[in-house]
Amino acid sequence: MKVLVPVKRVIDYNVKARVKADGSGVDLSNVKMSMNPFDEIAVEEAIRLKEKGAATEIVVVSVGVKQAAETIRTALAMGADRGILVVAADDVHQDIEPLAVAKILKAVIAEEQPQLVIAGKQAIDNDMNATGQMLAALLGWGQATQAGKIEIEGNAAKVTREVDGGLQTVSVTLPAIVTADLRLNEPRYASLPNIMKAKKKELTEKTAADYGVDTTSRLTVVSTREPEGRKAGIKVGSVDELVSKLKAAGVI
Amino acid sequence: MAVLLLAEMAENGLNRDATAKAVTAVKALGDVTVLVAGTGAQAAATEAAAIDGVGKVLVAEGDAYAHRLAEPMAALVVALAPGFSHIAAPGTTDARNVLPRAAALLDVMVIPEVSRVVDADTFERSVYTSAAVQTVKSADATKVLTVRIASFDAAGEGGSAPVESAASADAPALSSWVSDEVAASDRPELTSAKRIVSGGRAVGSKDNFAIIEKLADKLGAAVGASRAAVDSGYAPNDWQVGQTGKVVAPELYIAAGISGAIQHLAGMKDSKVIVAINKDEEAPIFQIADYGLVGDIFTILPELTEKL
Ligand SMILES: Cc1cc2nc3c(=O)[nH]c(=O)nc-3n(C[C@H](O)[C@H](O)[C@H](O)COP(=O)(O)OP(=O)(O)OC[C@H]3O[C@@H](n4cnc5c(N)ncnc54)[C@H](O)[C@@H]3O)c2cc1C
Ligand SMILES: Nc1ncnc2c1ncn2[C@@H]1O[C@H](COP(=O)(O)O)[C@@H](O)[C@H]1O
Repeated sequence: MKVLVPVKRVIDYNVKARVKADGSGVDLSNVKMSMNPFDEIAVEEAIRLKEKGAATEIVVVSVGVKQAAETIRTALAMGADRGILVVAADDVHQDIEPLAVAKILKAVIAEEQPQLVIAGKQAIDNDMNATGQMLAALLGWGQATQAGKIEIEGNAAKVTREVDGGLQTVSVTLPAIVTADLRLNEPRYASLPNIMKAKKKELTEKTAADYGVDTTSRLTVVSTREPEGRKAGIKVGSVDELVSKLKAAGVI
Repeated sequence: MAVLLLAEMAENGLNRDATAKAVTAVKALGDVTVLVAGTGAQAAATEAAAIDGVGKVLVAEGDAYAHRLAEPMAALVVALAPGFSHIAAPGTTDARNVLPRAAALLDVMVIPEVSRVVDADTFERSVYTSAAVQTVKSADATKVLTVRIASFDAAGEGGSAPVESAASADAPALSSWVSDEVAASDRPELTSAKRIVSGGRAVGSKDNFAIIEKLADKLGAAVGASRAAVDSGYAPNDWQVGQTGKVVAPELYIAAGISGAIQHLAGMKDSKVIVAINKDEEAPIFQIADYGLVGDIFTILPELTEKL
């Protein structure tokens, strides 16, 4: 079984995004960029499936700027076999929308014919939580989002999903799209020898035009601002003081 | 202009709170038709029809909708889409599973977690772990959006909308339901609670979570948790508050033994009053807390519970 994992290059999750003073967006120049944390989890899951013998090959795909090649290399160093970079933007501030990413991925999938796609549940930059679902729709495949557990059972994947009320387990016929939630696994670090080996793994470069996909945004960002700030309040010295403050504030 | 609003279903009925908050968010956009699908849809429809601002209720019954699987639900929404300028839903895990799929079938983008409706095609939403708020304008013919429920008040009672049945839509069976693990609780739900007490890694064990729960019960509050507490198995996943858990905005949020990572703050910083209890006076949570108390949760929480 071939597994395809889409990986996105995003602002590192430890970095707090800064809004540009002119309201034109978030400043990404000279900011540390990394693989989207949910995608690391997706890559790890694919590797575990391969280690268990359920998967045979892992192909990672990234859509975006040329620098996303680094993100693919990270996935290859973790243990993925091959990478495809689809260059679709030349400025790091240009984000490709889930619908366009899904269309590109659909075209890649037509060539690669994977049985399973494991994406992240959400990119931590645009916080969309949409690409996996959109891709499943375009392919006419089943989907299981927010996976906390994946078991391959013959021609299906049994997936436990993290939902508002608790957990829901579904069985989805392969080929299918699964999106990874936080508790699916803990991703490994790439070892130095594996980082060296990853440099020799195959990385194919394509463009959005190669797949005939129009990446024009449907949503235009009119402006970006900081959220309403919250000031630090006061420190209270005792439980009694806290209780009287809360009473005064009318919340108890 | 007209809005098709996918109602949120609870166990055998309507999740009125989430649905009514979404009604408030979208009612300025046009006549609101609420779509109720799933088990207990008839009773839920009656309840939805009474929400102030609802113009009509459509009911879709059928086994296919019983577990809110994405494939049949998206097919249903797409079949009903013609005639609506907007398709919306409260931003729950169910809706965020279904609406992007429906949007792609309609060849439009989805606009997730809208916190303000500016006009018919302009919306505000948080991005970058809520470190920024974007205003986006959609060029799509049909706007498909989910609503950040913490940003809106629930619409009241007083509606008397007609209820009609909707034809079910054909969809191939691509997935099937296996089981649910839903913890029954008498406590209020996180997203509708007026007060929340959350525990972090400092709580240390599942048993110790009792100190959080006792305080919550004294306050009539819901119980929340940080990711660290959930990952460590101290609390179930549906208690997680934050970027990838629930986004809440209660009147009172008490964070006990939580450091205040941006991913946690993203889920609770719109609370009206925030209390932080942490033994590290430098903990980042104090930068956003209205009332901070430096000290050990194992002595402070029992004392607080007793004195309330
Ligand atoms: C993609 C991504 C998404 C994430 N989403 C979320 C999310 O939705 N929600 C979330 O919460 N996190 C999320 N996180 C994790 C987040 O970054 C933090 O790791 C997490 O919030 C830390 O939880 P904590 O504050 O309980 O633990 P810690 O950071 O370990 O803090 C524990 C705190 O307890 C204090 N303490 C210890 N003992 C005591 C005591 N006896 N009395 C009083 N205080 C004490 C310590 O001083 C410390 O401040 C996410 C991370 C990533 C990468
Ligand atoms: N530009 C991209 N390149 C590769 N994968 C992507 C891209 N955008 C989104 N994805 C995948 O889709 C998931 C969800 O992203 P989103 O829908 O943008 O929140 C991510 O975790 C990735 O797995």
